[in-house]
Amino acid sequence: MTVTVLEPVRATFRAVAATVVPETHALDTDGWATLESAVERALAARPERVRAQLVTFLRLIEYLPIARVVGRFSRLDASRRTLVLRRLEKSPILLIRRGFWGLRTLVMLGYYTQPEVQAAIGYRAHPDGWATRRRLAPPESRGTPLITLEVPRLPDDSTTG
Amino acid sequence: MTTTREYDIVIVGSGAGGGTVAQALAPMVAQGVRILVLEQGPRLDDHEFTGREDEMAPSLYEDGGGFLTADGTMTLAFGRLYGGSTVVYTGTSLVAPEHVIRSWCVPGLEHADLQRRSEKYMAQNQVHYLPRVLLNENNKLFFNGCHRLGFRAEQFPLNLDGCKGSSLCNLGCPNAAKMGTHRVQLPEAERQGVEVVSRAEVLRLEERAAFVRVHEKTPGGKGRPSEWAPGEYEVKARMIISCGGSVGTSALLLRSPVTAGLSGLGAGFTCHPAHILVAEHDHEITNDVGHPKSYYLDRATEEGFVLETCMYFPFTTAKNLTGFGAEHSALMHAYRRLQMIHVLACDKAVPENRITVDRSGKAVVHYTFTNAVVKSMVAATRTSARIFFAAGARRVHAPSADPPLIDRQSAYRLDDLITEAHFLPGRISVSAAHLMGGCAMGADSAGVTDSRGRVRDVPWLRVADSSLFPDSLEINPYLTIMALADRVAEGVQIDWRH
Ligand SMILES: Cc1cc2nc3c(=O)[nH]c(=O)nc-3n(C[C@H](O)[C@H](O)[C@H](O)COP(=O)(O)OP(=O)(O)OC[C@H]3O[C@@H](n4cnc5c(N)ncnc54)[C@H](O)[C@@H]3O)c2cc1C
Ligand code: SF4
Repeated sequence: MTVTVLEPVRATFRAVAATVVPETHALDTDGWATLESAVERALAARPERVRAQLVTFLRLIEYLPIARVVGRFSRLDASRRTLVLRRLEKSPILLIRRGFWGLRTLVMLGYYTQPEVQAAIGYRAHPDGWATRRRLAPPESRGTPLITLEVPRLPDDSTTG
Repeated sequence: MTTTREYDIVIVGSGAGGGTVAQALAPMVAQGVRILVLEQGPRLDDHEFTGREDEMAPSLYEDGGGFLTADGTMTLAFGRLYGGSTVVYTGTSLVAPEHVIRSWCVPGLEHADLQRRSEKYMAQNQVHYLPRVLLNENNKLFFNGCHRLGFRAEQFPLNLDGCKGSSLCNLGCPNAAKMGTHRVQLPEAERQGVEVVSRAEVLRLEERAAFVRVHEKTPGGKGRPSEWAPGEYEVKARMIISCGGSVGTSALLLRSPVTAGLSGLGAGFTCHPAHILVAEHDHEITNDVGHPKSYYLDRATEEGFVLETCMYFPFTTAKNLTGFGAEHSALMHAYRRLQMIHVLACDKAVPENRITVDRSGKAVVHYTFTNAVVKSMVAATRTSARIFFAAGARRVHAPSADPPLIDRQSAYRLDDLITEAHFLPGRISVSAAHLMGGCAMGADSAGVTDSRGRVRDVPWLRVADSSLFPDSLEINPYLTIMALADRVAEGVQIDWRH
């Protein structure tokens, strides 16, 4: 079996992910596998040092709340987890802030690059562009445009694209 | 084992600078001059441009678009393939402002000359204004918002031919419609006999020689295999022209014993640090269809910033919003109602912002946000928020506000809500795509090169890319890079005859 970066800190990673992107809370096994494999791919392209830092940072997140007698991060409820992560996000220490920024970016990469997720939030960009939106566009060709420019002319209205 | 090859002229890199030089020198091939372009990235075929964020970003960008500055507070975007960053650029084509070129004080460099050369490449790259019928509502709202506030937004000239309005420019055009060097200058240079070798990374330069590693194609990855067999090469040349970009050229010269000690090398890095700002409207707008970047508002002289329209893909958008959790998700789910503005600060070259290399020779970019930059970005964010609200937005997401979401009812308090105190590096996302400097042109010892890209005291070496900029350009740079590269190529031809 391939050794993965997230394996030793998976519970913490998932708890962070579910706090950063609440929709991940509902992911099934396949859903988590898709998200985590995108994260693993991104990590594979990074130096070993960066992968080790990520694991250390996740361990820190897991055990940090114990110092405040609230328990391990992965066992906290959603609102307590949010509080912990907000503290990291706004920490006076740059290293902590950027560590959290990097972690949240990885979670977002794993989630928002999935085509199904992109479709679910309404993203519709397509190589065929305007041709896929006959109903909407080009604006002037559908009678009354929703939004028009508030000036009579553009530098060169006559040119074709 | 190292294979030895010999050429007359070797060009390192195939982006805005390298592609231009390759085409400009190509007629010399007919006179028996052997010209080679070495590009570290792959050469993609048309069908490989799918427009998918998960596939394209890792294939087109250095570090998948996530190259971080040394302290991790800013990501730098630059291309790493046949065509360099021109494959992923948006195609906005502006001529350098005259006052900027004058302020550079580079002996022999005249604005009129750059303008003439820029116009040549505008014609070559089919630069024109998009007709109104092809503008989407994301762009129109920006224009209208500016208009209602008394600002005059300018339309961007764009270098497109056959644009279908897919809005995918920064993932590489899936319709071959954006005129990068991979579409125009490099194919023309190859037609005239210039050789281009992809996946060929120049490790270091020695006296009239480039040491090169040709990489294997990664299984399942995009792009053709290299034109040369994988392995190590010593490529001898009478002249070498470095066009690896601001970061690539600076790093190459810094790890090459012949140039590493040059005074000023790596210094003067600027990049127009940028935010992506987002606003939510009550109704859906056309945003992820149509060319993404049609207008800009130039406040460089007055307030040190430029605003541009933009529209980014879901992950890029998510990453650039400050915060996380339910509010972040809600904004992502409002994607069809989002309007976006790209805020760029006109930073100035300062000693602490520079390029170095680590022990393995990899580029390290040191960048600190100066007070002036923070001030400009905050001012730009306030102005953008006003434009969004003037265009009818319901709420605005401002990275340098805490909390970042500002409702319409609070629009009268923007100056109190968006402040320099909330510009917290490491918390907010800052990115840059206009990388400049590192091998600045200048007078005598003040510059790494002269105005023709001749590297001081190294007669066989030239530079022809964005690293030549002695300071930031304050506008989108590719045309100026082409104009400068054209000058360098002309200088090479003159020197060659002698
Ligand atoms: C997303 C994005 C959008 C942009 N939009 C615009 C725009 O609309 N308008 C505008 O004017 N500008 C835009 N720019 C900026 C513009 O694309 C760049 O400023 C310009 O392409 C830089 O040209 P260059 O030749 O210096 O470097 P690049 O174009 O980056 O080319 C450098 C090439 O050299 C190669 N290289 C580096 N080191 C080595 C080595 N050691 N060995 C071999 N090869 C090497 C790299 O792989 C790369 O292909 C944009 C940039 C980005 C990233
Ligand atoms: S908007 Fe036009 S130029 Fe940009 S990617 Fe789509 S078709 Fe190509």
